[in-house]
Amino acid sequence: MRPLRLKAIAVKEALQILRDPISLVIALLMPFMQMILLGYGINLDVRNLPTCVFDREASQDSQALLKHFQASPYFRIVETPSTYRDVIRALDGGACRLAIVIPPDFSQRIADSGGSAVQALTDASDDNTANIAIGYAQAVVGAYAAEATAGAAARAGLSTGPLQPVAVQSRVWFNEDLESRNFIIPGVVALVMALVGAQLASLTVSREWERGTMELLVSTPVTPMELMLGKLAPYFLVGLLDAAFCLCFAVFWFKVPFRGDLLVLFLTTSLFLVVVLGIGYLISVAIRSQLGASQIGLLVTMLPTVLLSGMAFPIDQMPKAVQLVCTFVPARYYIAILKAVFLKGSGLLELWRPVAALLAYAAVIGFFAARAFKKRLE
Amino acid sequence: MTVVSVHGLGKSFAGIAAADGMDFDVENGEIFGLVGPDGAGKTTVMRMLAGVMRPDRGSIVIDGIDVLADPEAAKQHLSYMPQRFGLYEDLTVDENIRFYADLFEVSRKLRAERTGPLLAASNMEPFRARLAGQLSGGMKQKLGLICALIHTPRILLLDEPTTGVDPVSRRDFWRILYGLREQGVTILISTAYLDEAERCTRLALLHHGRQRYCDTPERLKAMMPGTLVSFTSRQARAVRDALEGQPGVLGLLLYGDGVRALLDDAAKRVPGLMARLASAGLDSEPPRPAEPGIEDLFVALLKDEES
Ligand SMILES: Nc1ncnc2c1ncn2[C@@H]1O[C@H](COP(=O)(O)OP(=O)(O)O)[C@@H](O)[C@H]1O
Ligand SMILES: [Mg+2]
Repeated sequence: MRPLRLKAIAVKEALQILRDPISLVIALLMPFMQMILLGYGINLDVRNLPTCVFDREASQDSQALLKHFQASPYFRIVETPSTYRDVIRALDGGACRLAIVIPPDFSQRIADSGGSAVQALTDASDDNTANIAIGYAQAVVGAYAAEATAGAAARAGLSTGPLQPVAVQSRVWFNEDLESRNFIIPGVVALVMALVGAQLASLTVSREWERGTMELLVSTPVTPMELMLGKLAPYFLVGLLDAAFCLCFAVFWFKVPFRGDLLVLFLTTSLFLVVVLGIGYLISVAIRSQLGASQIGLLVTMLPTVLLSGMAFPIDQMPKAVQLVCTFVPARYYIAILKAVFLKGSGLLELWRPVAALLAYAAVIGFFAARAFKKRLE
Repeated sequence: MTVVSVHGLGKSFAGIAAADGMDFDVENGEIFGLVGPDGAGKTTVMRMLAGVMRPDRGSIVIDGIDVLADPEAAKQHLSYMPQRFGLYEDLTVDENIRFYADLFEVSRKLRAERTGPLLAASNMEPFRARLAGQLSGGMKQKLGLICALIHTPRILLLDEPTTGVDPVSRRDFWRILYGLREQGVTILISTAYLDEAERCTRLALLHHGRQRYCDTPERLKAMMPGTLVSFTSRQARAVRDALEGQPGVLGLLLYGDGVRALLDDAAKRVPGLMARLASAGLDSEPPRPAEPGIEDLFVALLKDEES
């Protein structure tokens, strides 16, 4: 490995990125758009959730609760079935995503505990939405319960402090809202970085073939190792920049709390970048057209990261065979790391499992990437 | 001293030989030409010499290095300019030069010393900051040559460097090549132009992937029997058919505006041939002597070989 040759490749590649509109869009615009689209897309999903209510008490109290649900922007009452079978049918058929079952002794339960008075059923195929929906439903019921107790207390001539129900309501709502974001935003960050990293790197070798610069390049003494490291160095910097942007976006825009250590975040993010850049580079070596390479790059990162990383669907609820496949999705480990670093403030020691998995991944990808490129036409 | 030594070199694609039986030695300071029409196998040979394509058979020794065994070592000694422009169009002239200098580990000081004269010799000084993609065809080729020369290679491999290049740039180009030759650089150049072939010290004629002759241009021309004349006619095809097989006609080649005929003795044969054309109802001016092109040389030499 010769430093001057490494530098030559890195500088050339950096100049090309700066002068290539496609690379610039992928590097600068795509992370921004994806953070906005994915970050909000997922939150907006929970509004106007089709809901059915099975009111088994049909009292004044249960009707009052129903009004609360109707008033909420998060639920849209689409059906009021009168048997359990109809409830299940509505859920299975997709007519509603959430079913609220009000028990026959609802008024009594509210008076007694104010707690779990109501049963909520969800369509578990979309676990994330289900979690959020249940959280909102709890908030609605909680607000109603607080109001009812306060009303009852007032009627009894007791003072419990009129602001208390409002306080309960706002706290639950705020928390729940945040939790859904906390849950999803680290996944979005990982997805954006996987996409950007693999996309950018997938263009780098195929561009030389497509523009006819490869023949001259392989006639020079540059080694495959110098070529790989030199080419990926600028993309690594771009990736770190994008990561910083995405993570700041998560903290300052989506208000995901950050309780961890910046150094841990930097090290693990670098590791994940090495993995995705390596994957992109392998694709780039294998496929000689930029369009083909970037599409394969999209496919190889987007699908596993969205479906199999635990970002949207929890891995432990998947069939065993699929769980095994998930073991090979690098984003899965990075998402686990991000969540732990952000929400729990975990250090490297606590994170040794996902970090070791990413290290192993980087080693294997690096091994193949370093050997993939042959200095030959044909 | 022999700098490049090629023996029994061959390469096939899908069972069809793109190059076969290549055998030549190039001495230090020669300008050696690989001459042949499109598809003759010039590029294939150049690529094998440059170490970017693996031969199927034969051997290449460059500067004492077995290229098949150690192509990377040979790459330190040579510069290769592919037929298709291989520099970065989104980099400037200066950035391209710097890139190749760094790849060959030329020090900053040496690069600065060499860049000036090379740019001056090719009249490229004013374009240093221009993107390579915005240069004319001729200037691109000169930039390619500058990049190839920045590490002062001992051997220069140029694949059709002047095809599609304007005459002024072409003259610049050859002036630089002669200068290099005086400095002891060995040059292998491929071309489809006979006037360029004539500037070489020696040349190998390639046809359908086979090496036909290898000698000095003078000797090759002398081997061409008879004289070449051209019949100008709008019915070129009919003229050719009428002349086919006539006594004294060694070869015929169809052109856009007529037919070229290789005759064993022009003065003796022309009247008879004109009479033949008249009897066939074809009008033609009396033929004029023609400067032989590369195709004519091939027609003549291959005809010669068959008989
Ligand atoms: N990479 C390749 N794959 C298949 N056939 C090739 C390849 N390169 C060259 N050929 C074939 O080999 C023959 C010689 O080509 P080439 O060396 O490019 O000739 P020239 O440079 O003299 O025009 C042609 O028939 C061409 O089609
Ligand atoms: Mg060619």
